[in-house]
Parts: sequence; structure tokens; C-alpha cells
Amino acid sequence: MRRSIGRGLGAALALVLAVMWVFPVYWMINSSFLSAATISSLKPTFVPFGGTFTNYRNVFTDSGFMAALGMSLIVTAIALVICIAVAFLGALAISRFRFRGRKALVLAIILVQMLPAEAMFIAQYKMISGLGLLNSIAGVSIIYVAMVVPFTMWMLRGFVAGVPADLEEAAMIDGCTRMQAFMRITFPLLAPGLVASGVFAFLQVWNEFALASIILTSDSSQTLPLWLRNFAQPSSLGMIEWGQVMAGSTLVAVPVIVFFLVVQSRMTQGLVGGAVKG
Amino acid sequence: MSTIAPTPAAEAARPVVRRRRRFTSLPYLLGLPAVLTLAVGMGYPLYWQVLNSFREYGLAQQFGQAPTFVGLQNYIDLLTDSGFWTVLLKSIAFMAVTASATMVVGIAVAVLMKHVPGWSRIVLQVGLLLAWAMPIVAQMTVWNWLIDDRNGVFNYLLSLLPGLDLTGHNWLVNPWSFFGVASVIITWASVPFVALSVYAGLTQVSEEVQEAAQLDGAGGFTMLRHIIMPILRPILVILLLLQLIWDLRVYAQIELLQGFGARGSQYDLLGTYIYGLGVGQGHFGVAAAAAMLVMVFTIALSWFYVRELLKEDES
Repeated sequence: MRRSIGRGLGAALALVLAVMWVFPVYWMINSSFLSAATISSLKPTFVPFGGTFTNYRNVFTDSGFMAALGMSLIVTAIALVICIAVAFLGALAISRFRFRGRKALVLAIILVQMLPAEAMFIAQYKMISGLGLLNSIAGVSIIYVAMVVPFTMWMLRGFVAGVPADLEEAAMIDGCTRMQAFMRITFPLLAPGLVASGVFAFLQVWNEFALASIILTSDSSQTLPLWLRNFAQPSSLGMIEWGQVMAGSTLVAVPVIVFFLVVQSRMTQGLVGGAVKG
Repeated sequence: MSTIAPTPAAEAARPVVRRRRRFTSLPYLLGLPAVLTLAVGMGYPLYWQVLNSFREYGLAQQFGQAPTFVGLQNYIDLLTDSGFWTVLLKSIAFMAVTASATMVVGIAVAVLMKHVPGWSRIVLQVGLLLAWAMPIVAQMTVWNWLIDDRNGVFNYLLSLLPGLDLTGHNWLVNPWSFFGVASVIITWASVPFVALSVYAGLTQVSEEVQEAAQLDGAGGFTMLRHIIMPILRPILVILLLLQLIWDLRVYAQIELLQGFGARGSQYDLLGTYIYGLGVGQGHFGVAAAAAMLVMVFTIALSWFYVRELLKEDES
């Protein structure tokens, strides 16, 4: 009896906590469907179905949004393709071979992941501005590729190590060349790992704010996070159109949330993997 | 380039097939793009930073004057500047408070998840995941709306409490309140990772062992100390380290919150301080020195985790 009351209280507490964590997300979506008049009332509207799509229409007709979406898509695509190619080859090198300098390379990719943006962004800014690449797709892509390669390489290393080299060797004994063995045996087995690592790299680049904010300063070269930051600033009259801002925020967040949920379990494993396995 | 070709007989005699040991340039070719990428995006900036942290590099150098070597002067200037110490201590305090709050709440949530009925646990997990998935800019924008002085739901709800009227209260003006808000937002955003990881660790503790210990008369504390903690400790150590490192790198959050609220040096932590010194005021030499200090501090802080990862690589 006492036990069941305890469990009931626990469940209630769990629900309260769930509400606390979900509330900002809910509030963002809820507000995005409210009309400007409703949202500026002093009494907040808690129940959803405000029913207006005006905010979304306004975001889509905002020229900045479309330009930023295009910029984000291009930068992410470039960084992603280069990063996956570079990291995949690198992961093969460190997980399939023992070679001189390997240890230094592994140490470098681990250390770089630890460094905060603030430990290096002044120097990166100076380098990009020295190359005349401030506010350019090339400039921000260079920095992004270097930012995501270490983590992606480290993650892929685990996947490559998960495919036993014996399989490849068996294929080679059966007459495949090294390349054939790799393409027919190992590569298909690595496909899920490549997808997962790719999604992570995508999330990192797509969400990145700190480096973008110092390299892309002009209005005509904004990625989505920068656009949202500017879009959320008060107008010249000191007013913020919260409905529109929340619609913009929802549009930025929803694709990320969807992708994130797909790969989340691997994320937890990746970061504390060794510790969880004990 | 020595090629040791084992004779078939020797090969067969060995119980395990060993990979051929001969020098090959293949790993170097495969690793080359990664090395080049790191060299361009990280290596060169690091070189620039080390070099210029020892040079006078200010506005005059921006306009073409050659930088002059000044030895440790930039570091001395920083370490004798009370402004730098204030920011440094504020950042460390912010990191310690936020990381501890995240750990305490995260562990509590994980323990709760272990003891509640399945359906409520799933609801809580979904809630945590949704919050965790939010991009930083969206997080900060939404929270800025929640705490908006005029129409924010936060002030509205607090004002419902008897004797409290917060209508029109701006949370981002007072520096203490500013950092409090930042800390709450970052804790909210970081708890899901900690809670779900600790919960994953708790599920590793075998029920049978716990029951056996109970039969042998172990109480709650003994169980915690001898059965649960040995499994959980490594996870907790790594989580705490990651939280400390991540709560030191809060440039994006602080910069966004300053953009929404108020600008000024009293709202600075290390990230925004370095940015202001360098890109803002053009003191690139001093900014490079400050960034070097942050880098050394981060590496010292994360050394244990780095060592663990290296061990994982060895195995």
C-alpha cells in the first residue's frame, strides 16, 4: 500500500519535471500560432490552437529568412561532404593501421574536440580576414570542416573498428583485391555508421553560432542561427513581434529536433561509451 | 621498406592469423587529408596565436606596422589587470555553480526515473529529449520570450504568487540576475544529457546482485557504497568533467543573452571578454594571450578525460 502511494507520487513528480523541461519547447510552438493581438495581451494564452498561420507566412516572406536558409544549406552541404570524406579516410587510417605518428594524430583529434571556440576564434578570425574570406562561404566552410572533422573521425573510428579486419582478409584470400574487399565487404557494413556520423556533423554545423557570429558579420551572409538572432531583436519602435520570432525559432528548431531524435541514443553511448560499458 | 614475408609453414604454426607487417604508405595517404584539414583550420591559427601572444599586436599593427616581440608582456598585462581576474573568477564560479546544479538535478532525475512506473518514465524521457534537441539560438530566443518583462509568462506566473508583483521586471539588467538566468537556461539544457546517461548507468546495476546483497543484510547505504557506486563512479566523473568543460565554453549563450538584454563589461564571461579585447578593441596580442590561458586551462581540466579516450583507443 505504502509502496504504491510512493510510486504514485513519483509518477506525479516525473510528470511535473517533464512539463518543466518541455514547457519552453511547447511555448515556442504555441506562441508561433498566436496572432499579434493575442500575444501582446498581458494575460498569456496557455491553450494551443491559436489557429493563425500569419506568423509563418511573415517569416517565409522575410527575405532574410530565405537567404539565410540558402546560406545554411550551402555551407552545411559543403562542410558535410568534405568532412565525411576526410574523416572517413582518416578513420580508416587510425583504426586499420598502426603507423608512426598515429598516436600524435589521435591525441590531436581528441584535444581539438576539448577546445572551446573561445580558445581559438580570435586567431581563426585573423586567419580568415587575412585571406580576405570574411563573410564568405569559403571562409566559414574552412573553419567548420576543421571543427567537425575530429569528432566525426573519432566516431567513425569506432564503427570501422567494429567491422573485423578478418572479414576483409577472408575476402582477399578468396581472390578479391584489397580495394574490392573493402568496397564489397567493409563499406556496406559501415553505411549505418556513416549516416549516423553524418547526422552529427550536420547538427553541429547547422546549429553553430559562435564562429559564424564572428566570421559572418554582414547582413547578406547570414546562416539561420544568425538570422534568428537578428530577427529576435526589437524593431526601431522597441517592439518585438514575438509570434513571428517564435515561428522563426520553430522553423529553425524542428528539423534539428527530428534529426536529433533519430541519432540521440548513439550520442549518449559515444560520449560516455567506455564508462557505461565499464 | 623491409618486407617480411612469413613462410607458409611459419604462418600455419601460429594459432592466430597475424596481419602482414610491411611498411606501407597507405595509412599516410589516408590520414593526409585529415592532417591537412587540422593544420589549416586549427594548426595555423594556433601557431598565429602562440606567436602573437608574445608580440605587441594592436591597432597600429592592424594598419600595417610590423608587430614587435614583447616577451611575456601581454601575459603580465593580463595577469596584473584586475578586470581580467574578475572575468576569470566569474567564469570559474559560473562554471562551478552551473556544472554542480546540472549534476545534482541530473542525478536526482535519473534516480527518480529508476523508481517510477514505466509510462511516466517514458513521458519524462521524451520531455528531456525534446529540450536537449533544441538548437542553442532557439533555446536562448525562447527563454528570452519566457522572461520578457511585459508579456513573458514567467513574470505572469510568479506574479500570481501572493505578495509578489513582477509585472515589467527585467531579469537581464542586474548582473547577478543576468548570470542567474544564464545558469538556469544552461542547466535546463544540460540536465537531459546527464540524467539519461546516469539512468543508463543505473540500469547496468544488476537486480540479482542487489537482491543477493539485500538477503545478506545490506542496508541502503551499504548497497550504494559497495554495489551501485563502483558501477556509477566512472560515468559520474566523466559527466562532471564534460559539464565543467562545456560550462566554461558559453560564448554563444552569453553573447546571445547580451544581445537580447544589455551589453557591458559587467555581463562578460571569458568568451565575450576575449572577443571584446580582440575583434572589439583590436588588442589582438593581449587577446591571443588570454585565449592561450583559456586553452591551457581547458586542457588541464580535460586531461583526465583525454587520457581515458586514449586508453579506449589502445584497447
